[in-house]
Amino acid sequence: FQASRAASLLPQLLLRRRPAPAGAFALLARPASSASGGLPPLTTEIHPGIKRGAFSQLTDADLSAFEAIVGGDHVIKDADEVLSYNIDWLRICRGQGQLVLRPKTTEEVSAIVRHCNKRRLAVVPQGGNTGLVGGSVPLFDEIVISTSRMNSLLSIDPVSGVLVAEAGCVLEQLDREAASQGLMMPLDLGAKGSCQIGGNLATNAGGLRLLRYGSLRGTTLGLEAVLPTGQVLDCLTTLRKDNTGYDIKQLLIGSEGTLGIITKAAILCPARPKSVQLAFLGLDSFQAVLDTYRLARRSLGEILSAFEFIDSESMRAVKQNLGLSCPLGEHSFYVLAETSGSNETHDREKLDGFIESVMSMDGCATDGTVAQDAGQFAHLWSLRERIVESLLVDGYEYKYDVSLPLADIYRLVEHMRTRLDGRVIRTAGYGHLGDGNLHLNFTTPKFDAKVLELIEPHVFDWVRDRRGSVSAEHGLGLKKSQYIRHSKADFAVRVMAEVKRLLDPNGIMNPYKVLPDE
Amino acid sequence: YIHIINKADMAASKGLKILVGCKRVIDYAVKVRVKPDRSGVVTEGVKHSMNPFDEIAVEEAVRMKEKKLAGEAVAISVGPPQSQETLRTALAMGIDRAIHVEIPLAQLEKLQPIHVSKLLAKVCESEKPDLVILGKQAIDDDCNQTGQMLAALLDWPQATFASKIEPSQDSKQLRVTREVDGGLETIDVSVPAVVTSDLRLNEPRYATLPNIMKAKKKPLAKMSPDQLGVDLQPRQEVISVEDPPVRKAGAKVESVEDLVGKLREKGLVK
Repeated sequence: FQASRAASLLPQLLLRRRPAPAGAFALLARPASSASGGLPPLTTEIHPGIKRGAFSQLTDADLSAFEAIVGGDHVIKDADEVLSYNIDWLRICRGQGQLVLRPKTTEEVSAIVRHCNKRRLAVVPQGGNTGLVGGSVPLFDEIVISTSRMNSLLSIDPVSGVLVAEAGCVLEQLDREAASQGLMMPLDLGAKGSCQIGGNLATNAGGLRLLRYGSLRGTTLGLEAVLPTGQVLDCLTTLRKDNTGYDIKQLLIGSEGTLGIITKAAILCPARPKSVQLAFLGLDSFQAVLDTYRLARRSLGEILSAFEFIDSESMRAVKQNLGLSCPLGEHSFYVLAETSGSNETHDREKLDGFIESVMSMDGCATDGTVAQDAGQFAHLWSLRERIVESLLVDGYEYKYDVSLPLADIYRLVEHMRTRLDGRVIRTAGYGHLGDGNLHLNFTTPKFDAKVLELIEPHVFDWVRDRRGSVSAEHGLGLKKSQYIRHSKADFAVRVMAEVKRLLDPNGIMNPYKVLPDE
Repeated sequence: YIHIINKADMAASKGLKILVGCKRVIDYAVKVRVKPDRSGVVTEGVKHSMNPFDEIAVEEAVRMKEKKLAGEAVAISVGPPQSQETLRTALAMGIDRAIHVEIPLAQLEKLQPIHVSKLLAKVCESEKPDLVILGKQAIDDDCNQTGQMLAALLDWPQATFASKIEPSQDSKQLRVTREVDGGLETIDVSVPAVVTSDLRLNEPRYATLPNIMKAKKKPLAKMSPDQLGVDLQPRQEVISVEDPPVRKAGAKVESVEDLVGKLREKGLVK
């Protein structure tokens, strides 16, 4: 189909609504799986080496206890319903969980976890289930604790910019609420239509605007969580500065649900920019991309809010698989440079200066455009935000997310492309150039163990040898836990294990994830 | 006012001169809010851009130039100082030069299609275009009047809601396909004429960087309503502007009996 602008314009003009979010996840019907019968293979089949921990089995008495806590309506046992909670967004994992609980309050979560800890029942906290490393779904028969019903916005302070919300609030909805107060959420990612703030914190999600607003480690002022023993940890403060003791919330942020279940968060929201501009450039070498980035930092400086790069293979995927149109000709690379500021005239002037420099610099961009209205803005961003979705259409996707020194970023893509030549449909490289974060993806029509062997651990070794990170922002989850020592010293990993043992003595909280089994 | 054009074969002539109207409106993606005093909507600090139908009009003019049907394309905007940005967008899409009829802020809120069409008619007297293309309506007032009023003032033929513009069979006129309630209507109009653009006329292009840079150097002339001798006295007074009524939540019923009962309650069935 041709997703022409006119065709998408018509319903919006008639209804005068905001254009549909560029985030792929909210709109996408789950893509057909590569495996038989449309279901992904059981994770235990793909990872036969992982053994079920010494956890108890679910009994009727447990079910009654849960029903007493959350009410019969929110204890899900029906196999068909439970299935969707067992499959991750990428459809590369399928767990064997038999039970899903949907609590409404922190007290309910606490009661559930206390019971599970006493009974030694393993649990998996789950928010929007948009994680990309298999961290949010069961492996065996872990009980899924879904935060979806804990979706109240508790407060927004328009003066301080502090937003307090329950963990199950969807990111995009929080951003809309913040907008009504002239604020914005400090992070933005393609999954915004489905991901929940609790999950964002648990994974220390990065996203498109980390370049400008920093990471959740800085913008989260406080949180409330239920620890694996069932105790409620109340670190929910709205203070900007509070140096009283150890900052325990930092342990939970990025712990991927292995140290507790986050139930509430207080986020510092920046002012919503009055003027957002977007330049989309076509370049013909990666060096030109790096030069353009340097130029952007110099001439756009404090108003630069995003700098993303896309390679020609990723653009081809978006055009072929989703039918999106690119306003520029064929180029080896494309760059999205976004500015956010408080004064349109001032920002336009700066952007004009940047464009003039870019066009006069040798070997830099010769082809490009600047979004003239919100429709063009959304369309250009969709060319970047929907790459993941477009790659899934190929069949099976092998996803990698690494941090590397800027000069090495595309070397890895070229190296792997050569290594996998003829074995994959495509090797796509794109990502948050400003953060030194490459998203590297390979696609095949169906899962191919030989292809996986060619990729791992080679790609991780390559990254380790250049002192990069094997997981820049997606986390370790299930899929990368064995590679933690590629980017962290052994002793550091042992200290992490101590912390885990301290907070989760029975090991019930999201087992098999993040830390390698010892 | 009568303007006679050499009715020679259009393809052989040096092309039509086109005047395109562009209006600066609140961006269609913005959630519009009514002012607390209900005198209008909030425009301060809100993102504005070119009326989408005018973008389509600009695109059509540029395409006609590319097809050599048109020789020169001029964009015109009636509005506040910021309308210049709207004109720069038109220039960046390929328009040759622009005219800005600047309206002081005090009179802006009371400006109506009757005033705009009179201003445009005056400009047509001096510019003498062969074709005026306007967006069929602006997305802020949804009036759908300016094109029609302009044609009447100039006593020119009009072809509104155009989804296609091409030379007629004998190349002496323009063949315009119009979107009407019953389907499509095709008419031939002689030039000079006024055409208004509808959604399916074309898909506007993105402004490329080289054109954005060139646009800064293209001529942009300023005019005032006084210079054009048009009186901007408002003919209408806006009494109040309100939000549409909030949609009430529906109710689910369990059975047909319940449904009938509820319908009876509301007096919808006897």
